[in-house]
Amino acid sequence: MNTRGLRSQLKDSVPVTGMGQQVGAYGVQDTLRSGFSSVKNELLPSHALELSEKNFQLNQDKMNFSNLRNIQGLHAPLKLQMEYRAARQIQRLPFLQSSHLALDTLKGNDESISFEDILNDPSQSEMVGEPHVMMEYKLGLM
Amino acid sequence: MALSNVVETPASGFNFENVSRNVALEGLLEGGHTKAPKPMKTGTTIAGVVCKDGVVLGADTRATSGEVVADKMCAKIHYISPNMYCCGAGTAADTEKTTDLLSSNLTIFSMNSGRNPRVVMAVNILQDMLFRYRGQIGASLILGGVDCTGNHLYTVGPYGSIDNVPYLAMGSGDLAALGILEDRFKPNMELEEAKELVRDAIHSGIMSDLGSGNNIDICVITKQGVDYIRPYQESEYKDKRQRRYKYRPGTTSILTEKIVPLELEVVQETVQRMDTA
Repeated sequence: MNTRGLRSQLKDSVPVTGMGQQVGAYGVQDTLRSGFSSVKNELLPSHALELSEKNFQLNQDKMNFSNLRNIQGLHAPLKLQMEYRAARQIQRLPFLQSSHLALDTLKGNDESISFEDILNDPSQSEMVGEPHVMMEYKLGLM
Repeated sequence: MALSNVVETPASGFNFENVSRNVALEGLLEGGHTKAPKPMKTGTTIAGVVCKDGVVLGADTRATSGEVVADKMCAKIHYISPNMYCCGAGTAADTEKTTDLLSSNLTIFSMNSGRNPRVVMAVNILQDMLFRYRGQIGASLILGGVDCTGNHLYTVGPYGSIDNVPYLAMGSGDLAALGILEDRFKPNMELEEAKELVRDAIHSGIMSDLGSGNNIDICVITKQGVDYIRPYQESEYKDKRQRRYKYRPGTTSILTEKIVPLELEVVQETVQRMDTA
């Protein structure tokens, strides 16, 4: 259940500087793409739940895998994580919609509905990214 | 239109981009002596009682938005599954959406496993969901149902706390209703007696609390089925206004009538077989 996630938020689940800042070449703020930067906006979350929601899935997985390791030994989470990785690699290119069918089935998301399925559906998003830019970002060339 | 500043697909779920903008707007509005609109709350009295044959839930029907009554016939008893109903107090949208999500999840579960969902399962799902959002979802719920293990009544608070008791009241009128329940509750009551008790509890909430009012709804859940009585008792102060104003056909006289037939000509017809193998 979701009761033990608090401690993992404070440690190594997310770097404190990673609040959506886009880094361009030479590690400097990319003014052309993301506008002028403001230290207050970048460092502190604006909403109480922003940080916890960003890492919710990560923390859940961490907790479940460590439970599994304690109960069934090292091989069980290793094998599951291998399957997750394999399912994650068969997605489409970043600017196309992929159904995440294998990943959802593995995680058990195909049997439940939560706010992730109702709000902000990526297939209905109003903003579309430029294909070349998205590919460059994904390959790390940007 | 493709934007070049979007480098990843946006994540699904809650979006916190506008929070700082909203805080700034609120500051501006307060300075200009105007207020941001308040969300609709169900300042409420809801109550539930476990009796010998099942569970009786009751609720008033007033929904307020600030100091104005937004809805005089609001339905606060939500369907969860054929054997479970849930009364919701707090922000109206939050209770609606949360109970809808719960109901969908339980339907998927019962289709998958072929079993009727149990009340503890619904309570656990609610508790997980509400604790995840640390009370930002303002929904205080009373969940009552009958399953294979018996008759259950649970309350779930907005932060995810639960309590399993034979009689309950929540909402802004809960203290008044709880007084009546504490005084007259007995274990293993008869159905009619339990219905009267819940009606009296809601009535005292309506009389003593500004946020509750109008009619009283009662929902009786037993092993045989559900009896959703809406309204169980109508308010004496009901006014004679109707909610819909529909004119009789023929109220407006027709002066002239002109019919223009649209002539279509078949130019080309092709038949394409669908491969349904």
